[in-house]
Amino acid sequence: MPWFRRSKENIATTPERKELPEGMWEKCDQCGEILHRTELEENLFTCGKCNAHFRIGSKEYIEILLDPRSFKEHDRKMRSTDPLKFVDSKRYRDRTSEAIKKTGLNDAVRWGTGSINKKPVVIAIMDFSFIGGSMGSVVGEKVGRAIDRAAEKRQPLIILSASGGARMMEGALSLMQLAKTSAKLSRLAERNVPFISILTDPTTGGVTASYAMLGDINIAEPNALIGFAGPRVIRQTIGRDLPQGFQRSEFLQEHGFIDVITHRKDLRETIDRLLSFMVPTKR
Amino acid sequence: MSKSVLDFEKPIFELEEKLDELRRYADNSDIADEVAKIEKRVHQLQQNIFSNLTRWQRVQLARHPDRPYTTDYINLMSEDFIELHGDRLFGDDKAIVGGFARLGSQSVMIIGHQKGRDTKSNLYRNFGMPNPEGYRKALRLMRLAEKFNVPVVTMLDTPGAYPGLEAEERGQAEAIARNLLEMSSLRVPIVVVIIGEGASGGALGIGIGDRILMLENAWYSVISPESCSSILWRSWNYKEQAAEALQLTAPDLKKQGVIDLIIPEPPGGAHRDYERIAQILKEVLLEELKKLMKIKPEKLVEKRRAKFAGMGEWAG
Repeated sequence: MPWFRRSKENIATTPERKELPEGMWEKCDQCGEILHRTELEENLFTCGKCNAHFRIGSKEYIEILLDPRSFKEHDRKMRSTDPLKFVDSKRYRDRTSEAIKKTGLNDAVRWGTGSINKKPVVIAIMDFSFIGGSMGSVVGEKVGRAIDRAAEKRQPLIILSASGGARMMEGALSLMQLAKTSAKLSRLAERNVPFISILTDPTTGGVTASYAMLGDINIAEPNALIGFAGPRVIRQTIGRDLPQGFQRSEFLQEHGFIDVITHRKDLRETIDRLLSFMVPTKR
Repeated sequence: MSKSVLDFEKPIFELEEKLDELRRYADNSDIADEVAKIEKRVHQLQQNIFSNLTRWQRVQLARHPDRPYTTDYINLMSEDFIELHGDRLFGDDKAIVGGFARLGSQSVMIIGHQKGRDTKSNLYRNFGMPNPEGYRKALRLMRLAEKFNVPVVTMLDTPGAYPGLEAEERGQAEAIARNLLEMSSLRVPIVVVIIGEGASGGALGIGIGDRILMLENAWYSVISPESCSSILWRSWNYKEQAAEALQLTAPDLKKQGVIDLIIPEPPGGAHRDYERIAQILKEVLLEELKKLMKIKPEKLVEKRRAKFAGMGEWAG
């Protein structure tokens, strides 16, 4: 218990101070450090001062993880059909159109083939920027096809997750994508093809409760939020504050669910080293 | 049985009370006509109300305090039930029950979510919300069944996996994910029945099977209408609209290809006639199991995986 507490939050900061020249500078959410764009890029979008890992998308991860120009994307055009004609305060159809416009992506995951240090891999990478990285039919199908491809070609599978969970706007069909991807992974496992799951900030809900937790190896980026229920829901349920670091990568590793926590700059090498031990074998 | 009455059930109950009274005080036969008339009206009223249920009303029926739960079905359908406890890792979750039982002469492993009837039993059962050890117990029992070629029946009835601190520490997500994976390769038949509430991953965690059956007034979706309302409408007040939007009833899910068969409930819902619904379910289960037991394990697993692989809708 501290002897005294600050009675007012945000005494020193004013909103104006946060406004920085467009595109040139970015502020670290964790330590407040002002980072130059080029420096940030050189550090693979991590803070040089406090090590915070910024959220990035599939485009950046493809560059970070794969050999240059090795990525060949599949099913790029696959889109949601809005099977339930879902309407809440907004039409789902409009939500997807807006997300497509905003992100230049067609849904929350991209998959394809590529290589890491010349080793061929099948890879699926999620984009949190597309409706919170939520998993509906398209995400389930694309991840499913990546798994099938890995099983058929006997090439290692890498899935990088960033997701708030299953997509509400496709109802039970979204829930069934957990079943679909897990069923396909059970086939992959029988064929002794390695599967490395990478969990980034955040990975929660249905994605954690399916493929993200089912890696032969589960790798997490530092301090990523990883869990089944969201922290807000848990706080409401148990009626008390959650401990520091709860549902973060280090917490999950401590409880036995993450093999390795790796800084983004070491991610590629870690995968490469692991794959050198896990060579698909015929039995 | 204690009687809880939902708003839309009230007119039926009022008429039934009148009928009871009439019967009690009428020993002479001249009011027999009157009784028959009211009986007919009750029947019609029930049909009217139940053929026009909104999705939210179905959700209410699925949660009806008098609705039969897993152990009610087990007791009414089976002889020789022997409950098996514990996950051999951490503890025994009371929100999931399981054990060997016999349906007629057919041995089965029955596993299901279990809610409580009153405050005390609800606390004991954690309102039917499992912790990771519940899913791990379920998996242990399924593996046991597989070892002795006993088919598995699971019954889904949960408001969700428990969103608690310890549940996260012990890997709620991993426990559910593991079950989805392992159930996809289990070499004995699995028949899944959604008997009440099928809320998201907490339900699906014991919901992978060769045949997915659903009671007429159960619901099954990716999220409860209340939580969906609070997230998408930023208010708890849109649960009716959320239920409509989610299309979470048995007929909806049949159309979406998520379930295989709708099991009709007795007039007025499962809670009005326990024996009848248990009898119906037992017959359907035996029929389904008989068909599934003929399929070779490799084929069974292959078909099960293909079944879930086919779910979803997309373009391009």
